[in-house]
Amino acid sequence: MSPLDSDIAHLLAGSMVLLSFLLLYQDRMFALLNVFAFHAFALAGSVAWQAFEQRAPHLFITALIALLFKGVVIPVALRRIVVRLGIHRTIDTVVSIGPTMLFGIALVGLSIVVMLPVTQAEGAFVREDLAFALSVVLLGFLMMVTRRNAVSQVIGFMSLENGLVLAASGARGMPLVVEISVGFSVLIAFIVIGIFLFRIRERFDTVDLQALDMSRGES
Amino acid sequence: MSYSDWLIQLAQTALVLGLAPLLSGVTRKIRARLLRRQGPSILQPYRDLLKLIRKEAVVAENASWLFRAAPYLIFATTWVAAALVPTFASGLPLGAVADLIVIVALLGTARFLLALAGLDVGTSFGGLGSSREMLFASLAEPAMLMAVFTLSLFAGSTQLSSISAYMLGPGAGVDISLALALVALIIVSIGENARIPVDNPATHLELTMVHEAMILEYSGRHLAVLEAAAAVKLLLYLSLIACVFTPWGTAIAGAGVLAYLIGLLAWAIKLALLGFLLVLFETAIAKMRVFRVPEFLGIALMLGLLATILLFVSKVSR
Repeated sequence: MSPLDSDIAHLLAGSMVLLSFLLLYQDRMFALLNVFAFHAFALAGSVAWQAFEQRAPHLFITALIALLFKGVVIPVALRRIVVRLGIHRTIDTVVSIGPTMLFGIALVGLSIVVMLPVTQAEGAFVREDLAFALSVVLLGFLMMVTRRNAVSQVIGFMSLENGLVLAASGARGMPLVVEISVGFSVLIAFIVIGIFLFRIRERFDTVDLQALDMSRGES
Repeated sequence: MSYSDWLIQLAQTALVLGLAPLLSGVTRKIRARLLRRQGPSILQPYRDLLKLIRKEAVVAENASWLFRAAPYLIFATTWVAAALVPTFASGLPLGAVADLIVIVALLGTARFLLALAGLDVGTSFGGLGSSREMLFASLAEPAMLMAVFTLSLFAGSTQLSSISAYMLGPGAGVDISLALALVALIIVSIGENARIPVDNPATHLELTMVHEAMILEYSGRHLAVLEAAAAVKLLLYLSLIACVFTPWGTAIAGAGVLAYLIGLLAWAIKLALLGFLLVLFETAIAKMRVFRVPEFLGIALMLGLLATILLFVSKVSR
């Protein structure tokens, strides 16, 4: 593989990590959805480049699923939900951005420290991808932990799933059946979450998940 | 090091000072035109400086010697830092004795002196400006250093000449760390030069001002020197970005007259382009609240850190 090829792979996978940080930083609903769409585009680009490099045509289908479902369908649907819930003007309460960012960088460092020694036998391509994928997954978890709004938690969950697909595509791709079923299960999870969002709002008049804690008597 | 190298170094040092007011004049003119105003002539900063030098310097009664000495020290450190950046020719003698970290340290010294001078007279405005400047600096300086480390990791050297030679060579490719370092450097230079999202260089009485608040007590030749230092600093940052990320056309020391002329022309074009982009960005964006600025500079720090980490991954895994 020529240096330029691996540079492009590095660029695409690295931009996913960067976009995960942007997701952490963004506190407005529509901007958050746009960044999430870009996250999915970066994933699609990264997977398509892997498909091209590994001469693995089925990975192109993975890229297409990422592009259509996660880049277009889910952001558009989420946008509709946000408008119907009437929360498109609200600014999500982010638990102070500065420490969150530092914590996120620490997580990226952790995933690199963990991944690079474990995968020493693999090629450069796979190692890099796995390290970045683990960071994207951890950043998705971090986002779910730090956000209080249910919709941003959903986006954290979806970005986490993007990280999983990135890891799978790096490791010589996963079987198409698995890929498609994962894609659909995410879509179904999304539908279930969407229904739950409305149920939560109906019950508590808000999608701020702290209301749930109070109802359980935790705070 | 031959005689001619030193001559070129001297010429570069003089040019940096001589062209700095022109650069700020040009940016002001472009900004005015973008706002559909006529705007002052591009030579106006020179006239302002001349006028200020001729005027009497009014110094507060309780000002100490530091208040009088600070403008000259700030000007000197900024000028030396600017002379270290390769502008139209690289590989010059001064550049060989000092690297990027020295430039950052010199700028830090200037900032420290300016903050002290702002505090010296004891007015509330000066103190306010100084405390804000220090708050921003605590994020901007590490961000700048992280960008510097990223570039040095690429080039294997902290010398600006070697970095720009590396960027010209075949080793530099499409790399996300480079892009992140560039964005971090741009954010830092916007913050450091008190440009619009962070501070407004055009106003003198606004509660959110930072740089202007620190120099509010100065007048006459002291103010002239400080204004010149600010102009030189803008030129320094733009030249730094141009020298690292668009090294094309820069002459190598001892290359002959024609190469130097090409270098000069290329430098002028790069500066004009960067200045235009800066002003375009300024007119497109509104000024931030002061308490948003640490977040803005925090992004630069985060990008710098991320650039280093990503670069580390690609270096280790290969």
